[in-house]
Amino acid sequence: MEHLELFFKSIFIDNMVFATFLGMCSYLAVSKKVSTAVGLGAAVIFVLAVTVPLNWLLDQYILKEGALVWLDPAYGVDGANTMDLSFLSFIMFIATIATMVQLVEIVVEKFSPSLYNSLGIFLPLIAVNCAILGGSLFMQSREIPTLGLSLTYGVGSGIGWFLAILAIAAIREKIRYSSVPPALRGLGITFIITGLMAIGFMSFGGMLTGGDEAKKETPKVATQPENKTDKKEAIIKVIADNTNTNNQ
Amino acid sequence: MGLLSKKDAALLKDPLADNNPITIQVLGICSALAITAELEASIVMSVSVLFVLGLGNVVISLMRNIIPSKIRIIVQLIVVATLVIIVDLVLKAFAYELSKTLSVFVGLIITNCIIMGRFEAFALGNGPWRAFLDGIGNSVGYGVILIIVGFFRELLGAGTLLGHPVLGNPIPGELSGLYAYGYENNGFMLLSPMALIVVGIIIWIQRSRNTSLIEEN
Repeated sequence: MEHLELFFKSIFIDNMVFATFLGMCSYLAVSKKVSTAVGLGAAVIFVLAVTVPLNWLLDQYILKEGALVWLDPAYGVDGANTMDLSFLSFIMFIATIATMVQLVEIVVEKFSPSLYNSLGIFLPLIAVNCAILGGSLFMQSREIPTLGLSLTYGVGSGIGWFLAILAIAAIREKIRYSSVPPALRGLGITFIITGLMAIGFMSFGGMLTGGDEAKKETPKVATQPENKTDKKEAIIKVIADNTNTNNQ
Repeated sequence: MGLLSKKDAALLKDPLADNNPITIQVLGICSALAITAELEASIVMSVSVLFVLGLGNVVISLMRNIIPSKIRIIVQLIVVATLVIIVDLVLKAFAYELSKTLSVFVGLIITNCIIMGRFEAFALGNGPWRAFLDGIGNSVGYGVILIIVGFFRELLGAGTLLGHPVLGNPIPGELSGLYAYGYENNGFMLLSPMALIVVGIIIWIQRSRNTSLIEEN
C-alpha cells in the first residue's frame, strides 16, 4: 500500500516536469517527435530506477550523519558514528550517476544492440539531465525510509517524466498544423502549453487526501497546517481567504 | 569599453538579448522556473549561477589542454559539483532560511544545462579571459530572465517585492494603497505553472520585437 501510494504520488502529484520543472532542457529539446520522446523517456525511467536506489544506499551507509557507524573501530576512524558527510552528497551523487550512465551504456551496447540503437544516443544526454540528479536529491531530502521505496520512487518519477514528454511531443506534432502567432511558434507555445498542462496536473493533488501519508505532510502555502492536508486544498483556501478578506 | 575589444564586448552583450541562454538557447530552464516565486530567491539563484559559471568557465578553460576528451563530461561535472558545494555551504552559513527555500535547486545547478552547455561550447576552445567574459555574460543573461519572472510573480502574486509590501496593506480593516480600491492579489501567480506561462510571454514579446528570432513551428 505504501508502495502504491508513493508510486502514484511520484507519477502524478509530484510529477518531475509539472510540479518541479526537472529535466526541462531535454524535455523541450527532444519533444519534437513522439518516437524520439519515447526513447528518451524510456532511458530516463531506466536510469532513475538504477541510480535512485544506488544513491539511497550511498546516502544511508556513507553520507548521512552517523551513517558510518558500521565502520569497524579497528580502522581507527575517530567518531565514525557521529560523522556527517552530507555536504559531499552533490559530488557523490553526480559521480554515481555519471558512472552508472556510462556503465549502462556499455552493458546495453554489448548485450542488446537493438535497444542500444534506440536508447543509445540518449544515454550520454541523461548524465546531465536534471531529472536524474533531482530524483536522487529529492529522495534524500524527503527521507525515503527503505531501499524498496526508493526503487518505487525512482520508477514512479521516471514514468511521470515519460508521460509528460510523451504528452507534449504528441501535442507538438499536432500543433504543427495549426496557425500559431508567428512570435510564439516553437518554444513560446511549448512553454505555454506546458504551463496549461501543469495546471491540469495540479488537480491530481487531491488524489491521496485519504491516505496516512498525506496527514504527515505540511502544506507549503497553508496558514493552518493542522486541518488542511494537501497542497491544492491549501492553495484554494489561501485564494479563498484572500477573496474573503478583500471583500470585507 | 576601453578595456575590452569589440569581440570581447560582444561576448558579454550577446547573451543579454539576442542569444539569451533561456529564451533562445533553451538552456538552464530546469532550475530557473521552480524558484522564481520570490524575487529574493531569484536574485540569490542568479548570483550563485554567476559565481559557478564564471569561475567554472575559467577553470575548465585553464585545463582544456590536459582534459582527455573521452572523460571530459565527468571532469566538468566534478568541477561544477565542487563549486556548487562551496555555494551551498556559503548559503547555509549566511542565509539559512533562503537555502531552505531553494532546497534541492542549489544542488541542481550542477546539472543546469547552461553550465555544461557553456563549458562544452566555449570554455573548451577558448582562453581563460574570454571564457570568463562568456561565463559572466551568459549568467547575467540567465539572471535577467530569472529576475524579471521573479519580479512579476512576487508583485502580482503576493503584492510584495523582496518581502516588502509595495501595493499597500491587504489586511482587512486597515486596507490601504491599491487594496483600498478593491485590488486583489492573484494567488495563482505563486503556483508553479505560472512560471512557465510568464517565460512563454517573455519569449513572445522578445520574438515580436526581433522577428529574425522566429522559428518554424
